[in-house]
Amino acid sequence: MDNRQKEIDNLKDYKYGFSTDIENTRAPKGLNEDVIKFISNIKKEPQWMLDFRLKAFERFKQLKEPDWQKPKYPKIDYQDLYYYSAPKSMDDKPKSLDELDPKLLETYKKLGIPLQEQARLNGIAVDAVFDSVSVATTFKEELTKQGIIFCSMSEAIQKHSDLVKKYLGTVIPTTDHFFATLNSAVFTDGSFVYIPEGVKCPMELSTYFRINASETGQFERTLIIADKGSYVSYLEGCTAPMRDENQLHAANVELIALDDAEIKYSTVQNWYPGDKDGKGGIYNFVTKRGLCKGKNSKISWTQVETGSAITWKYPSCILKGDNSVGEFYSIAITNNHQKADTGTKMIHLGKNTKSKIISKGISAGNSDMMYRGLVDISSKADNSRNFTQCDSLLMGNKCGAHTIPYIKNKNLKSNIEHEATTSKISDEQLYYCNQRGLNQEEAVSLIVNGFCKEVLQQLPMEFAVEAQKLVGISLEGSVG
Amino acid sequence: MLSIESLKAKIEEKEILKGLNLNINPGEVHAIMGPNGSGKSTLSNILSGKKGYEVNGKVTFEGENLLELETEERAHKGIFLAFQYPLEIPGVNTNTFLKTSINAIKKARGEKELDAIEFLKLIKQKSAELKFDEKILSRQLNVGFSGGEKKKNEILQMSILNPKLSILDETDSGLDIDALRIVSEGVNSLRNKENSFLIITHYQRLLDYIKPDFVHVLKNGQIIKSGDYELAKELEKVGYEDFN
Repeated sequence: MDNRQKEIDNLKDYKYGFSTDIENTRAPKGLNEDVIKFISNIKKEPQWMLDFRLKAFERFKQLKEPDWQKPKYPKIDYQDLYYYSAPKSMDDKPKSLDELDPKLLETYKKLGIPLQEQARLNGIAVDAVFDSVSVATTFKEELTKQGIIFCSMSEAIQKHSDLVKKYLGTVIPTTDHFFATLNSAVFTDGSFVYIPEGVKCPMELSTYFRINASETGQFERTLIIADKGSYVSYLEGCTAPMRDENQLHAANVELIALDDAEIKYSTVQNWYPGDKDGKGGIYNFVTKRGLCKGKNSKISWTQVETGSAITWKYPSCILKGDNSVGEFYSIAITNNHQKADTGTKMIHLGKNTKSKIISKGISAGNSDMMYRGLVDISSKADNSRNFTQCDSLLMGNKCGAHTIPYIKNKNLKSNIEHEATTSKISDEQLYYCNQRGLNQEEAVSLIVNGFCKEVLQQLPMEFAVEAQKLVGISLEGSVG
Repeated sequence: MLSIESLKAKIEEKEILKGLNLNINPGEVHAIMGPNGSGKSTLSNILSGKKGYEVNGKVTFEGENLLELETEERAHKGIFLAFQYPLEIPGVNTNTFLKTSINAIKKARGEKELDAIEFLKLIKQKSAELKFDEKILSRQLNVGFSGGEKKKNEILQMSILNPKLSILDETDSGLDIDALRIVSEGVNSLRNKENSFLIITHYQRLLDYIKPDFVHVLKNGQIIKSGDYELAKELEKVGYEDFN
């Protein structure tokens, strides 16, 4: 096969695999205080922010990279990465969408997010993060009217310093684990959301992350605060170009729900998974944690994880407020040589707290899938309940599925339920579907979507359809 | 319409069909009767395109070499198999399955696919005809269905897809009298000059409701005798063991 044909074939498999030729401003390679100061400086950050970063970096130097996870990966040389990369035209910040580099806009169009049209037609507010900086936030005006703040993290640090200072690092402290602490030191951008007391956010808020430059790590930081009695639904989508080397993505996402507030956070993660032989792809080592700080608050995570060479994340809920509720709905699909070690943590601290975990893992090809989850009910969390359901679906006989639940109940008045199943798509089921006129891929897609239905139903309407298709595409060629 | 010439089939080195001949014309109903292990289900599997068999011989459907077609392509051409043991597909709504199926077939034929409203209309009408409880259609496909419900669901699918050749693989086994009557009415309502049926059964009972034009006796992988409805009665009296 000549190279051209190879390229076309590759693109067919991963349609987001293009890269955009844009001049970048980069920090020098490597990780040290100077680079951190460079990042802080270029973002014109206040002193407290730089101190936050340096404190994290001090801590980071004492930490050891964890190695207890199932998917192993070659050692990452943290001095051989760029920690800041931004399209050059961002140096003079555009004031509106019209001033954006047309090439950037073109990139987003290829990704299926024409910002202008999306803003006007869909009524979904989009914040787009390209490599390290946030380039456009749509719908700002409409949101501002209701007092909602939805902007890039960099902008929030400058304009809403009090809020950021009050909440940043309260759910994921700078003293957290290796990757989270690294993020605290070098994070470049991300989204910031604040919903004021009593406000129900009238539209889905959405962020698209894209890694474009090579040898770049992406460390974004997202902070969402739902004040008393407010509600917000937030969606995050991710893609990256195809590159032979592995790229590191270590984001931190912090959610805080005050009294009677609700945050719904949905992710459709489709980072480049590497090629059929397992070459290249993103290492998606992300820390996501929500704090149900107030009474009667609720945080719900929904994730559809189809991309990345390695996915290693546990979106968690700390149920501190009495009567608070945490939910985790997950679909994780691995194909070819992809690996995933994912699940959740539900930490029950308050009384009458409830959590629900629905996890659907699908493994195909030579891939390996692990559900790892912790349910921890503290001695003070009277009358608390957890329900966990972990289902695994295997396709073919070279893949693996594992379930490791950690269950700690220190309260006699509380209870935990755990159900788990493992099944396989049988040849008989496929034959039955084929006999009814469905070809192999349509049959797999139908069966898998049925398997994932409970989770797909949790996604906002607009994205449920997209996710359904993605589920089908991710498994193409995995049977037959 | 369907012509089978000296069909032989092996699975894991075991010869099951040993030179079977059969010819079905449009509008005809053929019944195949035979003891356990005579090759009845193998015949229906091979016609519908199940993989895993080593097949020899010639099978044409409307002049086309059937054995070269994929399973789904045979379905697109109008071959339907009512399964002896319909499969459960958890999480997939029965309605969704039916709609996906009919639209996959329509698409392959270059016909216009049904939208949600057209589909609901069709399914309402067909389930009323078959006295099929519509509530079942919103349940997961075959999951928790009783034996009778599963079989009725097969007949409902058949009547919606309106196939040219319907193969019923022991659809009557495990059915009570009422269900048997409903299933038979479903088949009879599809009978016309074009549609043909191949009914595989152990018992004469079903043939009291669906009068076949031809009855064949399958034994040891071959059709050893063909006749009309009277042959089924005779068979019932004598039993397979002594029938030669």
